[in-house]
Amino acid sequence: MEEGKVLSNAAQESGAAYAVIHEKFGEAISAFDDNATMPFFEVLDTALWTDIALFMRDHPKLKFNYMACLSGVDYPEEGKLGLVANLESLGVFGHKLAVKVKCPREGGSIPSVAGVWHTANWHEREAYDMLGMLFEGHPDMRRILCPDDWEGWPLRKDYKVQESYHGIKVPY
Amino acid sequence: MQELEMAGQGSLRLSRKSDTIVVLEKDLSTEQMVLSMGPQHPSTHGVLRLECLTDGEVVTEAEPYLGYLHRCFEKHCEHVDYPAIVPYTDRMDYLAGINSEMAYCIAVEKLLDLEIPRRVEFIRVIVSELNRIASHLVAIGTYAIDLGAFTPFLFCFRDREHILNMLEWATGARMLYNYIWVGGLAYDVPAGFNERVLEFVNYFRPKALELQQLLTENEIFVKRTKGIGIMPADVAINYGWSGPMLRGSGVQWDIRRNDPYSIYPELDFAVPVPDGKLSVVGDCLSRHLVRALEIEESLKIIEQCIDKMPGTQGFDPRSAVPKRVRPKAGEVYGRAENPRGELGFYIQSDGKSTSPLRCKARSSCFVNLSAMKDLSRGQLIPDLVAIIGSLDIVLGEVDR
Repeated sequence: MEEGKVLSNAAQESGAAYAVIHEKFGEAISAFDDNATMPFFEVLDTALWTDIALFMRDHPKLKFNYMACLSGVDYPEEGKLGLVANLESLGVFGHKLAVKVKCPREGGSIPSVAGVWHTANWHEREAYDMLGMLFEGHPDMRRILCPDDWEGWPLRKDYKVQESYHGIKVPY
Repeated sequence: MQELEMAGQGSLRLSRKSDTIVVLEKDLSTEQMVLSMGPQHPSTHGVLRLECLTDGEVVTEAEPYLGYLHRCFEKHCEHVDYPAIVPYTDRMDYLAGINSEMAYCIAVEKLLDLEIPRRVEFIRVIVSELNRIASHLVAIGTYAIDLGAFTPFLFCFRDREHILNMLEWATGARMLYNYIWVGGLAYDVPAGFNERVLEFVNYFRPKALELQQLLTENEIFVKRTKGIGIMPADVAINYGWSGPMLRGSGVQWDIRRNDPYSIYPELDFAVPVPDGKLSVVGDCLSRHLVRALEIEESLKIIEQCIDKMPGTQGFDPRSAVPKRVRPKAGEVYGRAENPRGELGFYIQSDGKSTSPLRCKARSSCFVNLSAMKDLSRGQLIPDLVAIIGSLDIVLGEVDR
């Protein structure tokens, strides 16, 4: 199997999958970014993210049944927070596609897809824990890795660690 | 069957265990009790706390609490250079350090678009398969201990010691290797390494069979694991399960085969899934079986690699290692098949800095553990121990 051939096939498959989604949602999603390392599109109308996710999971030509990863990301220049979801059609078509969703940095929220993929439940909790965006409709929106009474959002670029936590000096 | 008919009339509490139905309680009024398992509980395999809501001996709900081992891996990544992240990845899944390094290096190399020397790839595969066997031996050994069998644990650790000694010889460390570098290796393997690995493979084959006979064919072990914690295939995929966990549910999916990297496409190996003869597909025993069968496949891979490996003429393990790792702006999601499932790294580069803008580790254990709440519902407390053991979690990777 030639390495280059596999890659180009994969990019083609992602493009074909994108075309199906674009046909349905049109202007609600951005143009397809077919870079070599991680082809993706962005959801422009954040409120539609759950609908798009359901469509991607259930459409007979898409079947993105597997969420490999969901990462929370900080975009300080744009004043936004966002997530990157790496989706895959496991065992059906094998195609992969990444989706980006963004929300305002202060008081922003993104619709939850924990009801679409169970695995998103903990990933979204982690994104909330680390970056502080809320996921609307999430069944259990709590911190997961940090303690419940931790202050601030550690993975934001402007994060300042708290001076003390229950009498313990934090910065070392 | 008599119990089944009585079940319709109420006032009985029943539990299904393997193929028999057990009457647990009869006309008893019980109240719910909160039972905290862990963080220092021998069966939670590290610092994990399970808050169990129990009704008598039955767990109505078990909520995992994690983060006791959180070391801010992702925050640290944003402050150190790309190659300096490799030692951190060792400390995530400390039972399979080499596999973690490999996943991370694959992601960065994909971003850099690097060509890796062929001999490097072969050495990487040999050491990562050795590490996979060592990791599975710990998984099987500690699982046996969870269920009250002590001897298999000693067998596993005796043979794991041989692997760790070999890896120590090659890399200089027993568990935290820093051996696979971005673009290459820290060192070539020592002279005579291949012979010693082959010697180990020949020694270990009968031992693996012995372990199989001691544990997998043990009636008590089968009774404790068969039909417990069943996960259907579609739910497993929806939960993002991967690796032996997903294959235990009967989905023949392995990243080494389905999204191949390194030299795996050239190698001949099977992706074992349970056939449902010995176990119920998706139960704890299936997950154990997959791990046991994978050891044999790893041995096959190692033999093939040693057979096909190019010689040392003109070989420099660091020839493709970049002086300064500064990828062009972009993002990548790179992944590899870890002993515990898919370990992925999402890396974002701004094209200017020598450290990533964002590096997220998609931990296989974290994702596998997230199904715990559903798996534990309605199980007996001793079965809960069997289920956690079959998940084979490493808390260093769950909490990162």
